[in-house]
Amino acid sequence: MPQAIELRGVTKQFLTPAGGVYTALRDLDMAVQPGEFCAVVGPTGCGKSTTLALISGLEPATEGEVELFGKPVAGIASGIGYVFQADAVFPWKTVLENVAAGPRYHGASNQDARLQARDWIARVGLAGFEDRYPYQLSGGMRKRVALAQSLINGPRVLLMDEPFSALDVQTRSLMENELLGLWSSTSASVVFVTHDLEEAISLSDRVFVITAAPGTIKSNYVVDLPRPRNVAEIRFQPRFVEIYEEIWKDLRDEVLVSYERQKRSGAA
Amino acid sequence: MSVRSAAARLSDTVASPAEAATRPRISDLAARRMRDARRRRITVQALRLLAAVVWLGSWELTTRLGWVDKFFFSQPSEIVQKIWYWITQGTELGPLWDQVLTTMEETAGGFVVGALLGIVIGVALGRNHLLSDVLGPYVKAANAIPRVVLGALFAISLGLDIKSKIATAAILVFFVVFFNAFQGAREVDRNLIANARILGADNRRLTTEIVVPSALSWIIASLHTSFGLALVGAVVGELFGATAGVGELIYSAEQNFDAAGVFAGMFLLAAIALVAEALITALENRLIRWRPQVITETRI
Repeated sequence: MPQAIELRGVTKQFLTPAGGVYTALRDLDMAVQPGEFCAVVGPTGCGKSTTLALISGLEPATEGEVELFGKPVAGIASGIGYVFQADAVFPWKTVLENVAAGPRYHGASNQDARLQARDWIARVGLAGFEDRYPYQLSGGMRKRVALAQSLINGPRVLLMDEPFSALDVQTRSLMENELLGLWSSTSASVVFVTHDLEEAISLSDRVFVITAAPGTIKSNYVVDLPRPRNVAEIRFQPRFVEIYEEIWKDLRDEVLVSYERQKRSGAA
Repeated sequence: MSVRSAAARLSDTVASPAEAATRPRISDLAARRMRDARRRRITVQALRLLAAVVWLGSWELTTRLGWVDKFFFSQPSEIVQKIWYWITQGTELGPLWDQVLTTMEETAGGFVVGALLGIVIGVALGRNHLLSDVLGPYVKAANAIPRVVLGALFAISLGLDIKSKIATAAILVFFVVFFNAFQGAREVDRNLIANARILGADNRRLTTEIVVPSALSWIIASLHTSFGLALVGAVVGELFGATAGVGELIYSAEQNFDAAGVFAGMFLLAAIALVAEALITALENRLIRWRPQVITETRI
């Protein structure tokens, strides 16, 4: 059985405005099994988001291969869900129209799309808010809309780019628990990018550590904590603390390297 | 807190003690806010009226006293008489209403044609980088020439009827709307585009559901300015040669050295502009319901 996601020897370079070449990722190998929940952690600017852009097909790899279920990615792949870091719900559409967008784009009738959307809006706990516009919602509610918008398409792969980083701590752990609940009823593989190691461990089955730029996989750790989990409490378990300490040793070095570089470029 | 306001509150309480006891303080505050807002509105209206009285009064007075030559500058009472004469007796071009209607038709026609072309071409060039790179210099050159002179060309090529005025108005409107639509289409949030593409939107859907709505707030902002320009275009078109319209009315008044007629025409144009402004604001509120209402005190 092929891996859900496989990156082999992937390098990604960008042209800088000054005309130079910036290497965001170098020789990166990574594999995610079907139905697996993976977290990717690493210092700021190490190419975590770039990895997601490559998997989704939004950006092509400069070198190497990116495959989804054994098929090479060329252009936007189907069966993908993507929850962005910034607000990406459409401000001129109501909650209902936002969630119904995916099915409509895939050719469902208006009526059918709305029916599906109502169901998903209820599942993310927003029943009664169908006719609101995004500006009338709180940050957490907008994230729920974004989740429903992605999950309604029934993605086999769900990519999440620091989706909860802008939320306050309480809302955040609520949303994390809801995400786990929603995910457990699907068979999607998840790649969850975050800079927060605690969040990474409490959510995932496996944690990838990426080095400071140019990013490559430094190590990966299996998180063998039982499910279902309560994100708000799991961090007090002794096993959690053990895993945390183990991964943190790895991550700390990279964070320091990245920090030193930033200080230097800031001074220059 | 001043003694007086404390006393006022005390007398309030004394006036209806039962009500004051049960009513929550918060509604007290809201009521005071509303009272303040109403008072402010009344002040603004009163000051507006005062400004008009001072302006028109000093104009009337200085022309009556002979400090300012009323042959050139007319005077408010004469202008009012002129408008009244036009309303009751008709103008030398026919009934006044027909002239106003003609100019409004030309303005609205030019506005709609220019705005639609501006939106379509602006969004097209905003979406297609090759097209915009190729046509960019031409658009900039065309924008740099004073386009009202095209009114003369249109008067020759399209004749003296409504078509040449619509063309003049449309060309003025086009560029303003075009540049806004172009910029709006260029500055769509990249996240929104990426999100729509991931959700499965094709290129057509991307344009109609993401780019155009996003550009709409830019476009709408330009519609206020461009309606004024449409009016300019219509009137300038009439000055180049016409058989009806408020611009033509002003032109014939000028030919007769009738300053009151010129001013009367100007006031009519101002009235048309105010009505149109209200209509555009209504359209704006309808089109961008999804945006939080921004209440600005300085709105004019």
